[in-house]
Amino acid sequence: MSQHYQSIIIGAGHNGLVCAAYLARAGNSVLVLDANGWLGGAASTQSFYPGFRLSRVAHLLHALPQNLISELQLHQHGLQFASSNMATYALSTQRLPLRLHNGHIENLPDEYAQDQVRYHAFVKQMNRFAAVIQSLNSKMPSRVIPATWRERLDLLRVGLKLRLLGRRDMREFLRIAGMNVYDLLEERFQSPELKGALALDATLGAEHGPRSPGTVLNYLHRWAGLRNAGSNGIAQVSGGMGALSEAVALSAKHAGTEIRLNTAVKRILVESDRAVGVELENGEQIYANQVVSNADPKTSYLNLLGPRHLDTEFVRRIKHYRCKGLTAKLHLALNSLPTFSQLPVAALSQRLIIAPSLDYVEQAFNPSKYGELPPEPVLEITLPSVADSSLAPCGQHVLSAIVQYVPYELREAPAEIKKQFVGQLLALLERYAPGISAQVIHAELLLPADLEQQFHLHGGHWHHGALTFDQFFFTRPIPGAAQYQSPVAGFYLCGAGNHPGGGVMGIAGQLAARRILANPLA
Amino acid sequence: MTLLNRLSESNRLSESNRLSESNRPSERQPIVETFISAERPHYRRPLIQTPFFPRSQDFVETDAYIPWSGYSTLDVFSSVEQEYFAIRNSASLFDLTPMVKYRIAGPDAQDYLNRLVTRDISKLKTNRVAYTVWCNDAGHVIDDGTVFRLSETEFRLCTAERQLDWLLESAHGFAVEIAEVTADIAALALQGPTSCAILTALGCHGVELLKPFEIGHFVVENTRLMVSRTGFTGDLGYELWLPPESAVTMWDALMRVGKLRGLRPIGYRALDMARIEAGFILPNVDFVSCAHTIRLQRETTPYELGLDWAVALDKGHFNGRRPLLLEKQNGPRRRLVGLELEGNKAAHGSLVYTGKNDHDHVGEITSALWSPTCKRNIAYAMIAAPHFSSKSPFWVDIYLHRELHWERRMVQAKIVDRVFYLPERRKQTPAPSR
Repeated sequence: MSQHYQSIIIGAGHNGLVCAAYLARAGNSVLVLDANGWLGGAASTQSFYPGFRLSRVAHLLHALPQNLISELQLHQHGLQFASSNMATYALSTQRLPLRLHNGHIENLPDEYAQDQVRYHAFVKQMNRFAAVIQSLNSKMPSRVIPATWRERLDLLRVGLKLRLLGRRDMREFLRIAGMNVYDLLEERFQSPELKGALALDATLGAEHGPRSPGTVLNYLHRWAGLRNAGSNGIAQVSGGMGALSEAVALSAKHAGTEIRLNTAVKRILVESDRAVGVELENGEQIYANQVVSNADPKTSYLNLLGPRHLDTEFVRRIKHYRCKGLTAKLHLALNSLPTFSQLPVAALSQRLIIAPSLDYVEQAFNPSKYGELPPEPVLEITLPSVADSSLAPCGQHVLSAIVQYVPYELREAPAEIKKQFVGQLLALLERYAPGISAQVIHAELLLPADLEQQFHLHGGHWHHGALTFDQFFFTRPIPGAAQYQSPVAGFYLCGAGNHPGGGVMGIAGQLAARRILANPLA
Repeated sequence: MTLLNRLSESNRLSESNRLSESNRPSERQPIVETFISAERPHYRRPLIQTPFFPRSQDFVETDAYIPWSGYSTLDVFSSVEQEYFAIRNSASLFDLTPMVKYRIAGPDAQDYLNRLVTRDISKLKTNRVAYTVWCNDAGHVIDDGTVFRLSETEFRLCTAERQLDWLLESAHGFAVEIAEVTADIAALALQGPTSCAILTALGCHGVELLKPFEIGHFVVENTRLMVSRTGFTGDLGYELWLPPESAVTMWDALMRVGKLRGLRPIGYRALDMARIEAGFILPNVDFVSCAHTIRLQRETTPYELGLDWAVALDKGHFNGRRPLLLEKQNGPRRRLVGLELEGNKAAHGSLVYTGKNDHDHVGEITSALWSPTCKRNIAYAMIAAPHFSSKSPFWVDIYLHRELHWERRMVQAKIVDRVFYLPERRKQTPAPSR
């Protein structure tokens, strides 16, 4: 028997590191293990072509709570923003791009002038509604039937928050919460570019198009994240997302955490129905009071713990947990700064999106249901090297784009369509940024299957599972295991597959640590 | 060519006839005629016949057919009493073919079954049989049955109801193959004091050395015959497992050697009497499978059924273990117990009280019988905690329907061991074979 720790955390993704930091600060001896050779999992900065680096999965920070930044002293440990409170430019081939920032729209055509006032009111209302979701997101999920007074009190507080919205707002909240965002935006706005841009926000990283029910919840969830981020708004981390993970890791190490990379865990060791440690791929066994998995729920339960420690119905529920990603990532190394038509150079450091109308987004979604690629994908684009020159050689640039909707299960072999799809994406970009194809030194496309393989995300879903009503709050990931605790004593989950879900948010890790520390056996 | 082959041959012929007829629409047979024809196709027969049917029907005097797992089987051949006494005094033959059977095989078969059922299958040796139940996540019983270990990696699971969906769902993560083999195996229960003698006369040499729950393999009448010393009567008895093609030959041979040893075919009703005396529970009579309950708290746990001995909490994880561990610590909410009642009227469906008032109601009778062998009025009752461990007498109301007139009798009852009848020969090895 080798060393004994109080907690072993599987996966050095941002949630795993956050959980480790909180546990270590509470005095736990903590060991973090990761199969990959880098920190941060999908929150990492990597080179994809000699001299060119970028955030290889998540590329913008918009949900990291300010209290987490201050509690873990992340700024002291090196966290810096290359840009914060970024504006969004909704690109158009016909008109000036709309600029959305702090509840105001610029470049709105006169015919849609009414949208200005409506948008302002809409943002304020969403912000109020998001406060209710935020109050859910900052708490450990209660059980459906609360078992403790604390859980009852938490639920009551959320109910009170809802009631305090006032009659009109509460009625509107209840009306729209389960709705699809397509109908909601059609009710409120006229400008196609505005509606397209907001539809993208409501479906980013989701498994759904704007007409799918539950997309308003997804939108409110994004707003709740923005409330966490506060004045930082949408931000780009200096040095890429990996710099955030390194700051969290430093904070954790400062508190005594040990981190071992290139160390794959083969399975969880269970004795007398209690997790007692892990066995590594190389056969080494490490023991601990509790094992915490930052892997997604399917990997954690079906691969690491294994069905023989679980009941049949539980395994069935985990098998049916929905986590098939619809999001791909495009990376371009460019020999010079591209020019987007009608877009000022200063805007290139901001967030650019291609989602010119509601139907455009819905039509990009439709083929994905049948395993096919969209003819015209939806894109969220950043050029991180504009604000952060450390990412590319002098004068050269990197482009990072989230591409929707690319199904996990493709009808054709990925290798065959990949090259063709990159060409299709460049042709699309060419329409908004003429000449960009000629500037490309290297292009990389990560399909959901690549994300699954390289970042150990089951189904390639970078939120560790769809965020829908049935996989939300007390039913995330599944009913009966939504309090970060598995049916096997001493085995916990701390990843984005748990409440409150994905995005670089860190709350799942924070709440899992709180849950573990509340357990007297810890 | 066996009779069964002949039957299917004639089916094929009639099928081709019908096809040629259908080419001449004007002469097509009316549907009603097709339906009553003896050669009608399987999809026009709601119940199918077991491979023993060509012979067993010769013994039928009552036409009391009942459905069982999709097969047509007999409730009574001639007289319940005579059939019951054949079980206890000579020998009985019961067609067991409809019992649902699964083949579970593969390198992980033992681990798979150990996670599925409540007993410790790693302790079950090859050529041994174990009675067990299996539960859902909540520790509620889905069904009961028997596990036969045929080799290190091959098992047969016999169940009361079809379970394939649950068995397959439970297989995630295990290297096992699961297939239903009900129709591939013909089965007979040969039960009674002369059963061993009959098998010996049939040529199963050494069958008397089989211990209870042991399996032996024999070749008789040019057929591979698997014999297990198991049964549902609580008497000396065996279950015979054979290829369906040999069913008729084996039936004939058994009847031939059984003639002087009092062998007679029996139906379900006589078996039901014997199983109550023996203390065996029946799904959907003594408990309702949690796969069927729709009302809250009507599910049953192994502890409630008095099957504590069949729950191996120390064997590692299995379905329902965590709630069962809690129940073991806290005690069950209710328990199935044996009752002995005054009088000689069976207390079918009666309520059980601690006193003579309605609010003293503490349980229900699930099975009841005037036991002809024990000469006792016996029953099983599900009784709420803490009364199931009470030494004081209970009251049971028995309703008697007498010429369109209901009579209610309150009789006293006391809790006794549920195994009412346990003859020495049931456990004797070598078994009495003469």
